[in-house]
This record gives sequence, structure tokens and C-alpha cells, in this order.
Amino acid sequence: MASTASQPATTSGGDGVSLAQRIIKLLRNPLQVAGLVIVIFLVWTIIQNLTGLAAAGRPLSVERIIRVIIFGLAQGSIYALIALGYTLVYGILSMINFAHSEVFMSGAYIGFFAIHWAEQSGLLYSNTALALLITVTVGMAAAVTIAVLLERIAYRPLRGAPRLVPLITAIGASIALQQIFLRLFGSATRVYPEVNFYVLPQLFRLECETIDGAEICKGMDLINGRYDVQLLGMELQLRPIFFVVFFLAVLMMAILWYIVRRTKIGKAMRAVAEDRKTASLMGINVDRVIVSTFILGAALAGAAGVLFALYNTQVSPFMGFTPGIKAFTAAVIGGIGNIPGAMFGGLFLGVTESLAPTLLGMSSQLEDVIVFGLLILVLIFRPTGIFGEVLSEKKA
Amino acid sequence: MVRRLLVVFVLLLIAALGVTAYAQDAAPSVTVTADGQVVIGLAAALSGEGLAPFGEDIQRGAELALEDRPTVTVGGIEFPVSLDPQDDQCSAEGGQAIANRFVSDASVVAIVGPMCSSACRAAAPILDEAGYSSVSPSCTAPDLSTSEFSSFNRAVVSDAFQGRVAAQFIFDVLGLTSIATIHDGSAYGEGLVNVVTASFEALGGSVVAADAVNVGDTDFRGLLEDIVAAEPELIYFGGFAAEGARLVQQLKNDVDGGEIVFMGADGIKGGEFPGLAGADAEGVYTSSSIPSDANKEAVDALLARYTEKYGIEPTGPFQVNSYDATNMILDAIEAVGVVTDGTLTVDRAALSEYLRSIEGFEGLTGTLNCDGTGECSAADIGIDIYAADGSLSTVAVGSPGDDNSIVVTASEG
Repeated sequence: MASTASQPATTSGGDGVSLAQRIIKLLRNPLQVAGLVIVIFLVWTIIQNLTGLAAAGRPLSVERIIRVIIFGLAQGSIYALIALGYTLVYGILSMINFAHSEVFMSGAYIGFFAIHWAEQSGLLYSNTALALLITVTVGMAAAVTIAVLLERIAYRPLRGAPRLVPLITAIGASIALQQIFLRLFGSATRVYPEVNFYVLPQLFRLECETIDGAEICKGMDLINGRYDVQLLGMELQLRPIFFVVFFLAVLMMAILWYIVRRTKIGKAMRAVAEDRKTASLMGINVDRVIVSTFILGAALAGAAGVLFALYNTQVSPFMGFTPGIKAFTAAVIGGIGNIPGAMFGGLFLGVTESLAPTLLGMSSQLEDVIVFGLLILVLIFRPTGIFGEVLSEKKA
Repeated sequence: MVRRLLVVFVLLLIAALGVTAYAQDAAPSVTVTADGQVVIGLAAALSGEGLAPFGEDIQRGAELALEDRPTVTVGGIEFPVSLDPQDDQCSAEGGQAIANRFVSDASVVAIVGPMCSSACRAAAPILDEAGYSSVSPSCTAPDLSTSEFSSFNRAVVSDAFQGRVAAQFIFDVLGLTSIATIHDGSAYGEGLVNVVTASFEALGGSVVAADAVNVGDTDFRGLLEDIVAAEPELIYFGGFAAEGARLVQQLKNDVDGGEIVFMGADGIKGGEFPGLAGADAEGVYTSSSIPSDANKEAVDALLARYTEKYGIEPTGPFQVNSYDATNMILDAIEAVGVVTDGTLTVDRAALSEYLRSIEGFEGLTGTLNCDGTGECSAADIGIDIYAADGSLSTVAVGSPGDDNSIVVTASEG
């Protein structure tokens, strides 16, 4: 963690500047000195904790660290997917869409009704893949609908207004959405059913039964399973769901990257982000592009909502708040407005949040202190986030 | 711009002073005209993840009490009683907001609640200032009765007792000697865990790991990895259903903790916990203060009426406490109220004095004797275990013994 935080500091100097000069430049800024002191203190605490644990006869095992990192990567993938929504909208409107956490929540919440229906009708057991596909689709559709309505009702009428106005509207919209869900569906927490999704019985010879002398295997349970894995001489107990969440998130980010970089609408989005007026003079329908941006961000958030609910099971109208704030932090750490930045920020935050209490030997209650402290540290050394705001120079 | 802000600020300041002055004026007594109503405030969590069922349960307890006693009779005149239920959000901020709301409403005579210890702790100083009285059916944090709040009373057993019973149960009945503790940072959770830790260590057991979680967080897997690495035999959790259910699920499914016993207290008893935790709730222990055996028939009759009236089984452990708390307040109003020319006057100081020193109040939870600190209940603590279908069965009962000792008796079967 420390090395990553201090890395930008050493690379922030211009080319051809000697190391000594860079250090002097760094030390001239009192904030950066304070940041360095904190980084050194953190490293020292980690070393103290690790040696302390080793001395007490129960050193931190590599297996444990790997497991904790895997938990963090799964949680971080969710943050990254939400963070992309913040970053896309910021890139194009220079506005922080605080209602995005409710878009995430609505994906998970409406997705619940789909999976609940599938459970009641038996589809969830007879054709699990189809039921899950329906759930994800419904979740994404719900999130997209909410986001489009939000843009239409709350943001579009304020297009010309000062930046603070849509920002406050976004906070209002967030509270309004929470309350609407609360009044419509009640405050009771809903629980996703337990899903067993078996795949590849040929490859994974698990949960086998011998029927009439023939061995029939169900395969690997992607969602609810938990398996012992031998890896490099280490014995790990892993749940496939964490890898599913991670790889699906990476896949969706790749699709997003392709859309933004390689398609016509992606080109239009980049053009609008760079200069809205000129883009409109070039014949780009700005309103349409903005709606498309909201749709993309919401689709990712909706999918994230369903994935999150599949392994955390509980959904409620307030569930969006904490992940939303963390994802926003991730977007800022990565550099808001920057797509790879949001992906990196999300994963980085997830892993740090999961690993830091273990490494530092601190209470998990301080997890949030670590997360937001990290945000401050990153902003001290890189005020525009780790990947910087790509468009900042062009806009200035 | 700056000047305008300044003007707004000064105006707000004046308004705030005005409200405070008004609240202080309202302090000495409440008057209810002949055609008016006696208003009892009710503060409980009526929204929020995993908490609303507890709050609604408390509200239903109070409503049933008013169904039995729709009026108070003072000087031969009957005054109808009405309930003013408000959401305390189970938080310090919520408790503060609700206390301010009640003290600015001069018609509120007394308050049933708040529900959560955090809210009780935040509300008490504000109610003290205004001379109000409250009887909480569920605030169990030990320090509430040692902080010299004049407005605070409770019709429930302090965690100073519940925690000791839990520790003794773990040590003597379950025969376990190493535990880990987790709390949720609330006044309730932290207070309870402190008592359990102290009592368990006094008994000779050891607490091998202690940690805390944030309310609203969802990923406790890293924390559980750390706890499991310390190899406790049992995890004791002070907190509420949402976090409790996540901890149990992640303990059993995500980390290598299937063997570790999980125990909580009244925060995870009944309500949403079994639904949230699903099959993982099996084998989880809970505890709560239970009505005395002597009143079993009356309590069963009340619960039957509850189920009939609201169409569901009780959703929390505190409906009987709430029933008693409401009746204590009604008794107090009848005792200290004065009627002149058909108008009822209740002196707040006298009401508070009366509530603080109630002796021999025959409630459904048992006989309540208030000792002047706000502590009124001396009920037993029942310890239950969840079955796979989410139902509870009692495994032990802890009751106060001689010389400040505790007797924990394991149930048959």
C-alpha cells in the first residue's frame, strides 16, 4: 500500500530532473511532508504488527493474506463497476451524480423480484442459467430506466445552470429515490434465495453420486460452492463466486472500453466530453449522447447490484449508500473522469479495505478511516487522482 | 452576500434561542382540557435495515396496552389517551431529533422509548433539561442507569445482568473457555460486549480476539479471517440483525469458521434475523429478558391477541416490556394528576419522581421496583437457540441469586 501511494510522488517530477531535485521539491510542500510521515508511520505499524504476531507464535500466513486479497478483489470489482458510472457522467457533464448509488440499489432491488419470481416458479432450479440471466437483465433494465428518468426529470432541465445546482439536485434525487423505494416496498430487508449453479460436470468432478454403477457429477457450484484448492503447495479454501464477480466485472469493463474507444457513439461521447458546444456544431446530438452515457453507467451499476446481492444476499432501500460512497472515493482515487482510473481505484480500494485491518492489526471498525485516509493521502501527492483527469489540461 | 448570510445566521440564532426558551417554559406541567387527550410519545426505530420489525413490535405492545386501558381516570373524570409514535432510527442523531421534537410539543406527557441505547443516551440529556420522563422498553446499555439521567427509566433488564448471564452460560453450560467478541460500535453492542468480556475473564475464560464492525458495512470476511486465526470456540456478537446475519453467513460460508459457535443477544432475537441469515441461523444462540413464569397465562393471552390483531407473530422480543412501560406511565399519570374545573394538570417533576420510585408494580414481565436510578426490572434472562427453520427454543434461564450471584439453569431436553 505504501509503495503504491508514494510511487506517484516520485514520478510526478518532470523529465530530466534529478532525484535529489525531486526530493527537494517534494519536501517544500508541507502537506506532502505530512503525507510522507503518515506513509512511513503506516509502514512502521505494519512491520511492528507482523513482527509482533510472529513473536506471539501466530504469524500471518500467506494463505490468509491471499484469501483476504480475494475477498477484497470481489468487493473491489463491485466498487469499480459503480465507480465507472460516476466517472462516465463526470467526464461528460462535470457533475457528480450522487443518485448513482440508488441506481445501484434499484438494480439489486428490482433484480430481487425477478429472482424471487424464478424461485417461486421453479425456473431457478430447473434452468438456473436462464433464471440468473433474467435476473441480471431485469436488474440492468431497472437501473437503466431509473437513470434515464433521473436524467430526464432531474438533470436535463438544469443543463445550463451553475455546477452546484445539479449537484444538490443529485443529492435530493438520491434521498427521493431511497424514500420512494422505502414507501413502495417497505423497510424490511429482502433476501436473495440460495442459488446452486453447477457448471462443467465433465471438468470438475465434484458432488458426485453413483447411480446404477455410473458416476454422475453435478460439477462446480459457481455461486454457493466452497472448495479446497491446492495451489503452489498452499491449501486454500475458495469460493468460485468471488472469481465470477471479478471476471464478470473485468469483462464488462472491457466491453465498456470497447464501446468508448471503438464505436461511433463512443467517439461522440469523447467529443462531447472534450467540448460540448463544438461537438454539437459538428452535428452530434448532445442530449442523446448524454442519455447514452447515463445508460452505460446504469447498466454497469445494475449488474453490479445483482452480483453484489448474489453473494451478500441482503437488499434494502438503504443498501446503496455505503458502496456508493466507497465507489465515489474509488473514482476520485483513480482520477475522476478517467475510465481506467475508476477500474483501478475500485480494485485498489477493495483490496486495501480488506487487507489493511489485517496488516495493521487494527479494528475493522477503522476500515473507513483507512479508506478515506487513503483518499486524502492520494490527493496530497496526486491532486487529480492516480491516473489524473485526462481532460483537465484541455479544458483549462 | 456575506452580509446576507450573516443576517440569516443571526435570524437562525434568534429562532434557536426562541425554541429553547419555549421548551424551558413548557417544562413544569402539562394540562389537558376536559375534551382533550393525554398524549404519550413513543420513540422506536420504525425504519431501517433489520430494525423496523423491533420498533413496530414495541409500538404494537404499547397499542395493546392502550387497547386495554384507553383512558386514564383522574378525579372521577376519564381522559382518553393517544399514542404519538415517532422514528428514533436507532441512532444517536435520531434520539436527539426525537427528543427535541417531543420537548417542543408541550402536550406530550411522557415517552415510551427510545428503542436503542444510542438513542436513549442522546435523548436523555434533552429530556432531562425539559423535565420530561421516559420509560424505555429496550434500552439495555449498563451505563444508562449510572449516568444520573433524571428522565431515564427502563422496563427491561440491564445488560450488566444480561452480559453476566451470557458469560456464565458460555463458561458453565456450554463449557467453552476461549471466545472472541465483535460489536457494532453502538452503545448497546459495545456496552454488552464489555460486560461479557469482563465477566468471562472473571470466570477464568479468555477472550482471544476482539473487534468491531461498522453498521451498514457488508464485507466482514477479512475481519472474520483474523478472528478465525485466533481460534476461538465461540464468537459473541453485540449488535443487531443485519450485521449479525452477515457475520453468521460469512463465518459459515466464506471463511473456515463452520465449527465456531455464534452467540448474540436481544439484538438478534426474533425479528428479521432468521430470515436474513437463512439456514445459517441454525445453532446461533440469543438471549433476552423474559416475562416471569407466574404471568405465563397473561403473557400468552397478550401474544395471542397480538397475533390476531396484526396478523403476524411478534416480530421482536420487547412487546411485553413495551406493554409494561406504557402501563407504568398511565399509572403514574393517574397517581400524580390533579383535576381542577375539569382540566387535568400533570406536574412533570412529580411524574418523574413517581416513575423513579415505583414499588411493586405488577407488570407482565414481573414485579417492577424502580431503585431511583432508572433501573426497574429484575426479570430473568432466557437463552435460546435457533433451529434450521428459524424457530427458537429455550436452552437456559439465568436468574439473580443471593449475594449478587447468578444462577443459570439449563433447560430440560
